[in-house]
Amino acid sequence: MTPLTRRRLQNFRANRRGYWSLWLFLALFVASLFAEFIANDQPLLVRYDGHFYFPIFADYTESDFGGDLPIAADYRDPDLAKRIDAHGFMIWPLIPFGDNTINYNLPSPAPSPPDKVDWLGTDNQGRDVLARLIYGFRISVLFGLTLTIVSSIIGVAAGAIQGYYGGLVDISFQRFMEVWAGLPVLYLLIILSSIIAPNFWWLLIIMLLFSWMSLVDLVRAEFLRARNFDYVRAARALGVGNPTIIWRHVLPNAMVATLTFLPFILNGSITTLTSLDFLGFGLPPGSPSLGELLAEGKDNLQAPWLGLTAFFVLAVMLSLLIFIGEAVRDAFDPRKVR
Amino acid sequence: MALLAMKDLTVTFTSGDARVEAVKGVTFDLDKGETLALVGESGSGKSVTALSILQLLPYPAASHGAQSSIRFDNRELVRASEATLRDIRGNRIAIVFQEPMTSLNPLHTIEKQVAETLHLHKGLSGAAARARVIELLKLVGLPEAESRLGAYPHQLSGGQRQRVMIAMALANEPDILIADEPTTALDVTIQAQILKLLKDLQARFGMALLLITHDLTIVRKMADRVLVMTEGAIVERGNTADVFDHPQHAYTKKLLAAEPKGLPPPRRIEAKPLVETRSLRVWFPIKTGLLRRTTGYIKAVDGIDLTLRAGETLGVVGESGSGKTTLGLALLRLIDSQGEIVFDGRRLDRLSGKAMRPLRRELQVVFQDPYSSLSPRLSIAQIIEEGLKVHKLGGNAKERRAEIERLLKEVGLDPSAADRYPHEFSGGQRQRVALARALVLKPRFLLLDEPTSALDMSVQAQMVELLRDLQARHGIAYLFISHDLRVVKALAHDIMVMKDGKVVESGPAATIFAAPKTAYTRALMAAAFDIAIAEPQAVGT
Repeated sequence: MTPLTRRRLQNFRANRRGYWSLWLFLALFVASLFAEFIANDQPLLVRYDGHFYFPIFADYTESDFGGDLPIAADYRDPDLAKRIDAHGFMIWPLIPFGDNTINYNLPSPAPSPPDKVDWLGTDNQGRDVLARLIYGFRISVLFGLTLTIVSSIIGVAAGAIQGYYGGLVDISFQRFMEVWAGLPVLYLLIILSSIIAPNFWWLLIIMLLFSWMSLVDLVRAEFLRARNFDYVRAARALGVGNPTIIWRHVLPNAMVATLTFLPFILNGSITTLTSLDFLGFGLPPGSPSLGELLAEGKDNLQAPWLGLTAFFVLAVMLSLLIFIGEAVRDAFDPRKVR
Repeated sequence: MALLAMKDLTVTFTSGDARVEAVKGVTFDLDKGETLALVGESGSGKSVTALSILQLLPYPAASHGAQSSIRFDNRELVRASEATLRDIRGNRIAIVFQEPMTSLNPLHTIEKQVAETLHLHKGLSGAAARARVIELLKLVGLPEAESRLGAYPHQLSGGQRQRVMIAMALANEPDILIADEPTTALDVTIQAQILKLLKDLQARFGMALLLITHDLTIVRKMADRVLVMTEGAIVERGNTADVFDHPQHAYTKKLLAAEPKGLPPPRRIEAKPLVETRSLRVWFPIKTGLLRRTTGYIKAVDGIDLTLRAGETLGVVGESGSGKTTLGLALLRLIDSQGEIVFDGRRLDRLSGKAMRPLRRELQVVFQDPYSSLSPRLSIAQIIEEGLKVHKLGGNAKERRAEIERLLKEVGLDPSAADRYPHEFSGGQRQRVALARALVLKPRFLLLDEPTSALDMSVQAQMVELLRDLQARHGIAYLFISHDLRVVKALAHDIMVMKDGKVVESGPAATIFAAPKTAYTRALMAAAFDIAIAEPQAVGT
């Protein structure tokens, strides 16, 4: 580890708020990656007739547990549960609902308020809000991360080429980007969603078409500056090829600006997905998402737990990311003296 | 009673847990009308000492010891109130900084900047202020002062900007003028003019001048008394003549011995021409109008013929803007040019970028600024190794490593430096690394673009020794670009004097130094060796 890296880590840690935000966010994210083990309508482990079954990893039929029909086992079925309890036991996850599990056993009509079974209540279709929240959080962060990483790679590459070569390459690319940025993203999405049913990947690709431009100008400026540095000249005098110069000599210096921006781009990506879901142009109907929860909250003002939950989760998640972003910015700030 | 009495000044910089004592107990007096030179190398604390007189350090990161005292005109300046300091700054004590590029505000006209101090301290404004500004600009010798009032700093040359800075400093006829390396960023010819101006103005106003510099030639020319400073302490003081003739302290002796001297190694008689150019031109088009039509050219290099023989040094001298660096870059095919470039019998100017690549190992370069010429994120070993990798030389990783360590030793660095990063090294050490990066390919031609100008005097002398030594050992041909004739004299066999992209005079070094033919060369030499102004019409302002 170079002294520079060490100093940056120190600066990052010195920002206590950002440092703890990172750990908290990582903990939430890693936990949500294992959502199937936390919130599921299938038990983690079934002991039946002296055998162990792992419903999360394998599909079993009713007949495996003494039923009559070879259909997929519904562990929430009271009959099945009774049979398994008689011949062994089941271990349920903390929240015994999946993202699409409908709780038919509600004390009041859906959306039902928080109670001992549904900790954050249910939505208007009787699905457990907490379970959907966990899955929705995961999909939001994964979408945001993928979009951020892919669009950063494209953006950095485009900026690097424009800045390094300059001249005609630069100017034509810049004009193209101006035209491209003028396309109305939202209308495009609305039109597309009437032709295809947008899923996670479709959305990602469409968003990617427009989100890669955020980093281009930044990286381009860094490259325009660095390409006239003596060490780049010296490398050219050594006979080093252009791709190597870009990769080894210029890119590492442009990365500081890029890394500083990453948390904020991630924030933007998550917000974009949420707002699309809220408007109904996002993930296909039925998928757990924070935007959809917000929309339900808006439609059911008599059930404030829906809107409030979505609001607090979004607020906490986005704030954590901003705090992390601030700490990253501190870490890369060369003038920072604690 | 001295005008300014500094007693036991200490300055400590605190950053986190780290404390650096930059100035350790400096005591001196400055009398009315005298010139006191504060000499030392970079990092010796001389600028910090000067800045603490006006309390311009970044407090509270910087702090003075309890005993520290600076008395000016019976007023204590250390920890004085802002109001007191404001009254003195720019009014009784003025300061001229090193870098005229950054010490003027690029967004204001020079009239506004000079008038500002008049307005603040004298309450002058309107026509009275304008008349005084014109008077001041004339005083500092800015040509066409009236028409230049509305000029912005970028429309002036470096020397003219420094004149404006001096005009600002003199606006309120201060008792003390602090000049912090006032000429380091300027050409030698301009340096001579500015120093003469300072001297004249001092005589006229009876100011005390505190001159901070690392250049002993300037000290000898300008100062009445000298303070030699190193590592935050004054190690020697006395009248200029005494200090120069009978230096007492080892450091002073070292400084005095450090001026570049000696002569280049003898020519080899059988040497064949290695690099030749015929009517080499680099013209940058000037495009105007809506259609960007080319209406003219900036002739950076305009028809240069040169011959450099194997194992010899050709010194290219001239003021900044004369096209020296452009010529060098064109030779290496790092910028486009017209005209023939012949290297070892091969026409370089006809080769494509790809065909040029294998030849690159023969032609290497060392740049002026050791801070920007090394990639900050690569270790020293990686930097030096790159050329070997590109040209697939030096065998396997282990052999390459051995070669790198051998080279580091050859350029006078410790082999353990290989795994460290550029920012851990001083300017002189970095320049050695840049030299090692060039030498690892065993080039036959080395372009040295002002390799010593950014270095301290004593480091310069070492660098010159090293370059001479390497040439004798490996027979490398140097194209040595410099504005400093003292260094060129110590290295070059032949000299080419450039002005405005053209050759003014060329020939064997000995002949040119003994009997310069053109006025321009004479002016350059007078400025470099005596800091005198000769042939004023031949050089810029």
